[in-house]
Amino acid sequence: MSSGAALQCSGYPEEKLQALTPILMCREAQAETLLTLMGEPDQYSYPSVFIYGHRATGKSHVLFTLLTELQIPHAAVSCVECVSAGLMFEQVLSALFGVDAASLLPRSPSLSDFVRVYRQACLQHPAQETRYIVVEKAELLRDMEVNLLPALLRLQELVDDNVTVFLLSEIVWEKFRPNTGCFEPLLLHFPDYTKAELLHILSRDTHPSYTPELYMSYINILLGVFYSVCRDLRELRHLAALNFSKFCEPLEKGEARESDTHKLWKNIEPHLKKAMQSVYLREVSSAQWEQQQTDEKEATALRGLSAHAHVELPYYSKFLLIAAYLASYNPARTDRRFFLKHHGKIKKTNFLKKHEKTSNHLLGPKPFALDRLLAIFYSVVDSRVAPTASVFSQISSLVTLQLLTQVGHDDQLDSPKYKCAVSLDFILAISRTVSFDIVRYLYDFL
Amino acid sequence: MSKRKSREKHLAVGECVSQVQRVLRERLCHQRLPDKPVGLESQYKHLLELLKRTVVHGESNSVLIVGPRGSGKTMLLRCVLRELLEVQEVKTNVLQVHLSGLLQTDDRIALKEITRQLQLENVVGDKVFGSFAENLVFLLDALKKGDKSSSRPVFFILEEFDLLAHHKNQTLLYNLLDVSQSAQAPVAVVGLTCRLDVLELLEKRVKSRFSHRQIHTLSSLSFRQYQDAFRSELTLQENFPDTKFCQEWNLGIKKLCEDKAVDEILQKHYNSFKDFRSLHSLLLLAVSRVSVSHPTLRAVDLLEASRMSSSDSKGNMVHGLSILELCLIIAMKHLNDIYEGEPFNFQMVHNEFKKFLQRKSHSIHNFEKPVVFKAFEHLLQLELIQPVDGGVCKAQKEYQLMRLMLDHTQVMEALQRYPQCPTDVKQWAVSAFG
Repeated sequence: MSSGAALQCSGYPEEKLQALTPILMCREAQAETLLTLMGEPDQYSYPSVFIYGHRATGKSHVLFTLLTELQIPHAAVSCVECVSAGLMFEQVLSALFGVDAASLLPRSPSLSDFVRVYRQACLQHPAQETRYIVVEKAELLRDMEVNLLPALLRLQELVDDNVTVFLLSEIVWEKFRPNTGCFEPLLLHFPDYTKAELLHILSRDTHPSYTPELYMSYINILLGVFYSVCRDLRELRHLAALNFSKFCEPLEKGEARESDTHKLWKNIEPHLKKAMQSVYLREVSSAQWEQQQTDEKEATALRGLSAHAHVELPYYSKFLLIAAYLASYNPARTDRRFFLKHHGKIKKTNFLKKHEKTSNHLLGPKPFALDRLLAIFYSVVDSRVAPTASVFSQISSLVTLQLLTQVGHDDQLDSPKYKCAVSLDFILAISRTVSFDIVRYLYDFL
Repeated sequence: MSKRKSREKHLAVGECVSQVQRVLRERLCHQRLPDKPVGLESQYKHLLELLKRTVVHGESNSVLIVGPRGSGKTMLLRCVLRELLEVQEVKTNVLQVHLSGLLQTDDRIALKEITRQLQLENVVGDKVFGSFAENLVFLLDALKKGDKSSSRPVFFILEEFDLLAHHKNQTLLYNLLDVSQSAQAPVAVVGLTCRLDVLELLEKRVKSRFSHRQIHTLSSLSFRQYQDAFRSELTLQENFPDTKFCQEWNLGIKKLCEDKAVDEILQKHYNSFKDFRSLHSLLLLAVSRVSVSHPTLRAVDLLEASRMSSSDSKGNMVHGLSILELCLIIAMKHLNDIYEGEPFNFQMVHNEFKKFLQRKSHSIHNFEKPVVFKAFEHLLQLELIQPVDGGVCKAQKEYQLMRLMLDHTQVMEALQRYPQCPTDVKQWAVSAFG
């Protein structure tokens, strides 16, 4: 019975528990705690248990493996799928009592209906063993009906049945508690995998034509690059699968042998760093990434989305956007200095003394009036432009492109206010196309 | 022969442990009613007297049971009902209607539920009523017996009374309390709530119909009583199948109560929560660790349970963050220190982080800004940082103002526990000026 690492819990067939141990690797302690909390099938269990932990730490995996392999009656609902509470009730009832029970629910059922139908069904099928309801992504419960969460937490009392509700979430319980409090669930934490555990798990999916040791060393390199940024097992696994072919390239070409670890590392390292800037940020899809790997020559030309971060705009629109950027990031009192040829006696030293400590590029864009925008626009654009309707319509099309945002209400016709909503890199790219040196005009960079 | 005997005994131990688990779990999880409510004797007497008058003399009454969560309001009421229903005459005569503010979210649903629980669906049939009051009076009239003018007493038990007070116009409460005031049918309205200011929620016309009887279950438990409760919750009763095991178990529990370490744990728990329910959850965590290999409850189990129930959940989450995300949190902590808790945006955090990289980082590489932003968004998703205005403002994402949801000590503690934290990061966190 006591064979070290194997799971133990009385009330369940031993051989099944034995078989579970390899599936639940690195999560044995958590599985054991869960099993002891659940107790033997016919005993009562705590009304609600809240399980939290980071994404991909095996919360659902462990729970569902236990419930399905040990054939425990349970209902699984994910809050992402349940747009309304009614859908959730239907899923729970049909999973626990069959479709007949679920069909007893009226249209758009309330909690009261659910509890009534549950009690009815429960009378027909009295509990032989504990029933479980597993609610995934429980943080979304907060956005559903107000009473749903408190009611689920004390469902055992409300329906008077041997039922336990598991809530799974990656957000801590403190953020769930309603104003007047509620039934407090048991809290159970799933800790993150350590680096060694990640290595162990990731190196399990080996490539058939290469040795496991090679794959292990590959995973080691991958973790070296990504571990400080990302600890999500699922994401790491995805990255590992995508880049392995690149890693093996020198081996296939015959340029290196499996023992040339240094050579392999040199080959893959820059590649992985590039992957961090594109695949990890989801700027290219996996298919595009693989495409890039096959035709190496084009790879230099193909870049992520952020590299193409400029759009083609009409000539005046570009200047309007530049003017808007200047108006948003420069204080209004400095306009004289930047845009008047003879700005009088403002000395540069004096002027710089008033330098505020925090730059506007930290605080974000400030709103400005239309008049100021136009004034700056006329002074930066090199030719004379008449204030025609075309200029104004270009402003409103910049707003629809969401390069500018209008502040306040739309009904302010006489002096609308705007904010510039583009980044510094973007505006630098734009001003380069019209050969305008914007940095010279920015107060923050004096 | 002796071998067989020992095997039999072993089996018996397994059986006994499973019996212990069954008994204790029923107590701790299912809130099985105790023989007598502990620490609530006077309240018990008061409520029993009140409900008896309704049953025996046909007097209508209304009462509110007010007390914090987990203090035993429902338990008190159920104990009283259990004693009342022991009398056969009462059992056949009294009707109970259980409503809960959680389930009956509006008056229409509540009325349907009342009809169903009074088993009057047939009587009502397809009748159409003008108003809520008319409907309720009809329902109560239907309960009047044919031979005498007296009717069957009805208990209305309203859980989460404060939620019912949020219904439109408080029609349900108004009518129930109105019936309890006027001499129509003998009705007892018992409300249970955790809000001390519940009377403020009631409209004037509703309030004036309420008898203003309140029973408080504010826990005045002393530590000695708490310890006694601890012991009695774990002690097995005489009717346990295996007397020898039962004696041993009870002896073990007695010893456990005298243990210094256990005393300390209980004291700590008592100081933070006094109610029974949190005691139950603590005990369940401990009891669930009892197994065949160690069939008694040990102080270690209790210690482990206490550690589990009092662990800092946010600290646990910080433990699983990547180095980059941790660095961002430290940068936010510094911003909080410098600007005295003013909100910050991503640009400021990134700026602070860059300053750190330039000055003294050896272990952290320079990351692209979008990569840093992804880490920032992950923190946002975990709700370790929260937008100031609920995320409705139209500012660019990197300029949205945020607040850190961790305090200084939590960050430092998490940093201590963080696995393989680079020394320069640690020093950066400690240093006063960025």
